[in-house]
Amino acid sequence: MIEAGAIDCDIHPTVPNLKALLPYMNDHWREMVITRGMDELNSISYPTHSPITARADWKPAEGKPASTLARVQAECLDPFRTSIAICNCLYGVQLLFSEDMASAFSRAVNEWMAREWLDKDARLRASIIVQTQNVEMAVDEIERCAADPRFVQILLLASGDHPLGKRMYWPIYAAAERHNLAIGIHAGSNYHNPPTAVGWPSYYTEDYVAQAQAFQTQLTSMVCEGVFSRYGHLKVVLLESGWTWLPAHLWRLTKYWRGLRMEIPWVDRSPTEIVKSNVRLSLTPTDAPPDKAGLEKIIEHMQSDELLLFSTDYPHGQFEGMGVIPEGLSADLVRKIMVDNPRATYSRLLETVS
Amino acid sequence: MNVENHPLPGPVPTGAKSSRTAIADCDIHPVRSQPNAFDPWLPARWRAHLQTYGAGRRLGMQAGPAYPKSQPNAARRDAVPPEGGPPGSSLAFMQAQHLDPNNVALGILNPLQTGQGIANPELSAAICHATNQWQVAEWTSKDKRLRASVLVPYEFTEAAAAEIRHWAGHKDFAQVLVLSRTGEPLGNRRYWPIYEAACEAGLPVAVHAFGYGGAPISSTGWPSHYIEEMTGHAQSCQAGLASMVIEGIFERFPTLKVVMVEAGFAWAPAFGWRLDKVWEQLRTETPHLRRKPSEYLREHVWWTSQPMEEPEPRTHLLDTIDWMGWDRVLFATDYPHWDFDDPALALAVPITDAQRKSFFLENAKNLYGVQA
Amino acid sequence: MSRHVVAPTNEIPPGTRKLFTIKGRPIAIFNLDGDYFGMFNRCPHQGGSLCHGTVTGLVESATPGEYIYSRKGEIVRCPWHGWEFDIRTGKSYCDPDRIKTRSYTVETAEGAKVVEGPYVAETVPVRVEENYIVVEM
Repeated sequence: MIEAGAIDCDIHPTVPNLKALLPYMNDHWREMVITRGMDELNSISYPTHSPITARADWKPAEGKPASTLARVQAECLDPFRTSIAICNCLYGVQLLFSEDMASAFSRAVNEWMAREWLDKDARLRASIIVQTQNVEMAVDEIERCAADPRFVQILLLASGDHPLGKRMYWPIYAAAERHNLAIGIHAGSNYHNPPTAVGWPSYYTEDYVAQAQAFQTQLTSMVCEGVFSRYGHLKVVLLESGWTWLPAHLWRLTKYWRGLRMEIPWVDRSPTEIVKSNVRLSLTPTDAPPDKAGLEKIIEHMQSDELLLFSTDYPHGQFEGMGVIPEGLSADLVRKIMVDNPRATYSRLLETVS
Repeated sequence: MNVENHPLPGPVPTGAKSSRTAIADCDIHPVRSQPNAFDPWLPARWRAHLQTYGAGRRLGMQAGPAYPKSQPNAARRDAVPPEGGPPGSSLAFMQAQHLDPNNVALGILNPLQTGQGIANPELSAAICHATNQWQVAEWTSKDKRLRASVLVPYEFTEAAAAEIRHWAGHKDFAQVLVLSRTGEPLGNRRYWPIYEAACEAGLPVAVHAFGYGGAPISSTGWPSHYIEEMTGHAQSCQAGLASMVIEGIFERFPTLKVVMVEAGFAWAPAFGWRLDKVWEQLRTETPHLRRKPSEYLREHVWWTSQPMEEPEPRTHLLDTIDWMGWDRVLFATDYPHWDFDDPALALAVPITDAQRKSFFLENAKNLYGVQA
Repeated sequence: MSRHVVAPTNEIPPGTRKLFTIKGRPIAIFNLDGDYFGMFNRCPHQGGSLCHGTVTGLVESATPGEYIYSRKGEIVRCPWHGWEFDIRTGKSYCDPDRIKTRSYTVETAEGAKVVEGPYVAETVPVRVEENYIVVEM
């Protein structure tokens, strides 16, 4: 049963095409887009017409799903009765190899988000889109957007140029800490590396399955590099990551930490404990065991009721109808997932919008 | 730092007497006692080549990865043979320290640091072949409990298939061995000749963690630390296995058996659930798959137990094995590497006798067709 | 409890260690700069032989990228899974946060009981009497 007032931590208003971002670019970049004939930045992470990219009943006759406010309200915000929804725009700006172009376009996305979405529906909040090739420029954009309290998170992709724990990225985490922004790591890649640890897959199915492995890698990296030792209050949210893989991953990582602690001596708490205090995961998709009893077991393995954050992942096709909450969760846990955990994770949600 | 590589005076403590129940150890690493130990089976041309040019892999360093291990040779320091040589190089010591006291009735040899992953195709094939000869001459012919793996130059599939066909029918060989971090995902068509030859020979294909295929070892570039590499084998093995399932090798080769070695196993259930969900959602992409991915896993794939995950409470691991199936997991020690699991203590949770027997011996006997 | 004369002191020079069987139990004796320390030889994790582990110093850190190395020769790492044990106290560094907040007692016991596992290696008191190493067990 969907409680009214839930906080949806992962929805995807969609950029209709690059033209839609032109009003938010300066003269120079507008000219470049037109002169160079750029019209789309669609990532292969979400093939435009694939069943995951748009659930069948959320697919418009023409154009992209979730690309108008009216649709998002009618298909997502109203039916799920969300009080707040966090918008994570997945346009392929991070894929560009030019850090200048990627920065300019990221900024355009953030402006588009603020003007055409956040300004128009008070339920909406958003993540700040940044490119990560040039960390200084990423921090500039974070500082710029942080002034707007409706931005509650910085969005990074699950696979990029380097593992996210590496120190080159720490100015981003410092900025997050400065402004009480969460770090959201979202499924997808900038494809600057092959999408799996063993090269390029042949099928989209493999690519999407591989997202879970990317999150596992990033979690390992952030823990082992000491991001949470240095930024103790940082909240990192894994978005559209799946979550049933988490217990087995922590068993492995924690076991290795016990024996290899000497290599990373700044990690003075068990990875399991670090995740409990600093890491959260969005609910959808739930890669569930085939039966309710199995789901109850995996919930027990999670060992904390604070980890999951409600999300519909709209307009992605992850569940039928309103069946976003998997069967087998207690009413208490559902309430925590839908309201308490998101509130505790996103401290900027508590600020009112002027 | 006080690093001592020689054995200490005083008796080396071994496990309990061999009144222990018989077990199978599905991951043992025999090692050359000297760098030139394969010479009897290496043509002069390659011996000379090795002398001058070494054995370059898709790695920057001439020897060893840029993620230094946590112990020399990644080995247990108490496994140095009293007569000298690196850990794992003495059959006599392996028998005294491990095979006899632990009552290993069936031991599967997975030699590492051989020809596999060498960039030069002919050198790779030559060393693989020599190592296979060495396994018979120095190990399996001398201890009937041991079985060898057909090492293949897996990036050069014609030669790999030929090597499998060469040993097909030889009673000492239990499986074909490849490493997990291949140049392309293991389900990719270019590797299919290996599966074809393995099926012809009736041999399972074991995928052992490691290797350097040339791509960064994660989907997001190169991590900094050895601990990240070690943890990361779960991710790279998932990638290879996902590829095998989704590319349809179990449809194309219905008798193929695959063993995931030294990748851990607790990741398998959630991996199967995710595969099933995504396959269902994107079904029209893979019409060649006629069954759910988890069904292919259930019927074609086994996992060795080491490094065994350690949940707290430990009993959560029973849920994991329940989900996988008690016929899926094969006990292994990874002797002589550090991260050794002692059979007496490895699965110290309440399980039935039938489960214990399956885990420690029967699954391996059934998989490898051994009467032991 | 009984008193066992284990070996003359010159059998275990400073910086070395030796394995003995005392009352049927494997005991590792270490010499740190002239002081002797004893430890039940089986790692509380899974029984690895501590006497065969690397002896090293302690690596600590207050912040990522910083490595503070001290107490050279006073930490032994189990050869199987690398858990670090303080030779003097048996304390393990495999879960520093839990050890900081959790108190433990070091005591010897009859039989094969291991104290407060898995984070402590059981120590045995060792003293020197007229050039002999003596253990009370």
